[in-house]
Amino acid sequence: MRFSVRPALVCAVLVLAALAVAVLALGTGEFTLTPTEVVRALAGEGTRAARLVVVEWRLPRVLLALLIGAALGLAGAVFQALTRNPLGSPDVIGFNTGAYTGVLVVTVFVGNGYYLVAAGALIGGLGTAMVVYLLAFKRGVQGFRLIIVGIAISAMLGSANQWFIIKVDLQAAFAAAIWGQGSLNGLGWAQVTPVAVIVGVLCVALIAYGPRLSLLEMGEDAAAALGVRVEATRLGYLVLGVALTAVATAAAGPISFVALAAPQLAQRLTRTPGIALVPSAAMGAFLLMLSDWLAQRVFAPTQLPVGIVTVSVGGIYFVWLLVRQARR
Amino acid sequence: MSLAARDITIGYDKKTISEHLDLDVPEGRFTAIIGPNACGKSTLLRALSRLLKPSAGTVLLDGRDIHGRPAKEVARRLGLLPQSSIAPDGITVAELVARGRFPHQKLIRQWSAADEAAVVAALAATGVTELSGELVDTLSGGQRQRVWVAMVLAQQTPIVLLDEPTTFLDIAHQIELLELCVRLNREQDTTMVAVLHDLNQAARYADHLVVMKAGAIVAQGDPRAVMTAELVADVFGLGCRIIDDPETHTPLVIPRSGVGLRVG
Repeated sequence: MRFSVRPALVCAVLVLAALAVAVLALGTGEFTLTPTEVVRALAGEGTRAARLVVVEWRLPRVLLALLIGAALGLAGAVFQALTRNPLGSPDVIGFNTGAYTGVLVVTVFVGNGYYLVAAGALIGGLGTAMVVYLLAFKRGVQGFRLIIVGIAISAMLGSANQWFIIKVDLQAAFAAAIWGQGSLNGLGWAQVTPVAVIVGVLCVALIAYGPRLSLLEMGEDAAAALGVRVEATRLGYLVLGVALTAVATAAAGPISFVALAAPQLAQRLTRTPGIALVPSAAMGAFLLMLSDWLAQRVFAPTQLPVGIVTVSVGGIYFVWLLVRQARR
Repeated sequence: MSLAARDITIGYDKKTISEHLDLDVPEGRFTAIIGPNACGKSTLLRALSRLLKPSAGTVLLDGRDIHGRPAKEVARRLGLLPQSSIAPDGITVAELVARGRFPHQKLIRQWSAADEAAVVAALAATGVTELSGELVDTLSGGQRQRVWVAMVLAQQTPIVLLDEPTTFLDIAHQIELLELCVRLNREQDTTMVAVLHDLNQAARYADHLVVMKAGAIVAQGDPRAVMTAELVADVFGLGCRIIDDPETHTPLVIPRSGVGLRVG
């Protein structure tokens, strides 16, 4: 009665699909390889050139796509369950807009290095999330108030960002704008380790919370009656959700819509009650892997930032969601 | 297994609802809390179930401050049916009832034979076994309320609190639910506390009444002793006669009428 086959099956299929796209992506580029050659290179066989291209150049990017996609899927699941709203996502609490503000400030006043920009994004995003949480706090935080305050703060920061881009030095504005599209271009092994470690730690924390997220979905009183410390648990989940978003944004810039769409698509496929974390993570990894492969393929040899692909996919998703809800 | 309030002051923000309230919930009995709208009965129940922290005084569970104990441990002693709960989209009856086992589960050992047995028993006791595979969204109001009660029963607590459990139910489902509570109380010795609106139902099914007015407890005891025409007039401002319920020989409140309806 407790264990159902369908979610496990869906997760397995999603993981396999993500890995299949990963193999394709590892073979894609100026130096094209067949899937067989890719697998041989990964196993340490094949030519030295193939191993260099696959393992040293392309593998980090693929691993980051999978990791960041999973992190975004998890973050979206946490926010949608907490706000009990399918439009809940890290964007609703203004994280990405705030991170963008942070990046603009850093590139204009400090400089334009990868780690400087990442630090600026982290400070801007976390600061915004904290301000939104505090403003939304009134005898505990309700999902709806969080969304409203988040939208208001995002709008204000959005216009501040515009003003910045118009006012500042063109080169700095251009650098920030490239970051603002969200891209995995140019990422290497140096970024894989910290991202993997942090995402791993956050996953352990999520596992330690057990099924509390789905109990919170039943309402504060029902969750409290079952022995969940509602306010502390909710704050804990918010921190984990923001941290997952922060890792992703610091590493690759703001990648939209994966967090929004992954939990909903996963739920429709698995038919789990409410939002489930593991399928959302698998779906997020698959979506970002697929998007990044498309970003490299569609206008090859020109590489698009993956953020552009996810925004387009997200637009289609939104239309689908609206049509579906209008029919009900 | 005792639950008691000691000199508690409760309210929301700066608005105080009750001050210096004392209550001992009688063990193994079915207590009904009654009173006019906004008299503080639900607030008292929220305080007893540790959803609301008193600004002064303590609620004692087994003689210890309920807020000083781990939340899960309290949830194994005391169950609550809140006024509003949300069934997640796409959840089945059995899955929802199974969530009542959370206080008994550990991170490593997630689902045990005891959990399974508790869920099966709770489904049977509330008469929703046949619905166990159905989606909660598709049930009628009466069925849904029974499923929520089943979730509280699956928690297997010696004390069960119910906040207006009969609201939104038609008369047949109201009676059915209250009789279920009485059965649980008698067969499993569960201490029951329910906030009820209907005086006649309270007098008929509860064996201990707590009457509240303007945040204070004005009377409590056996319904036959407590439910008098003077009390109803004083607490509810309603003139009435009390007669004997021919079915259960409990007090039956018959409101007086000033309009003298024509007959025939």
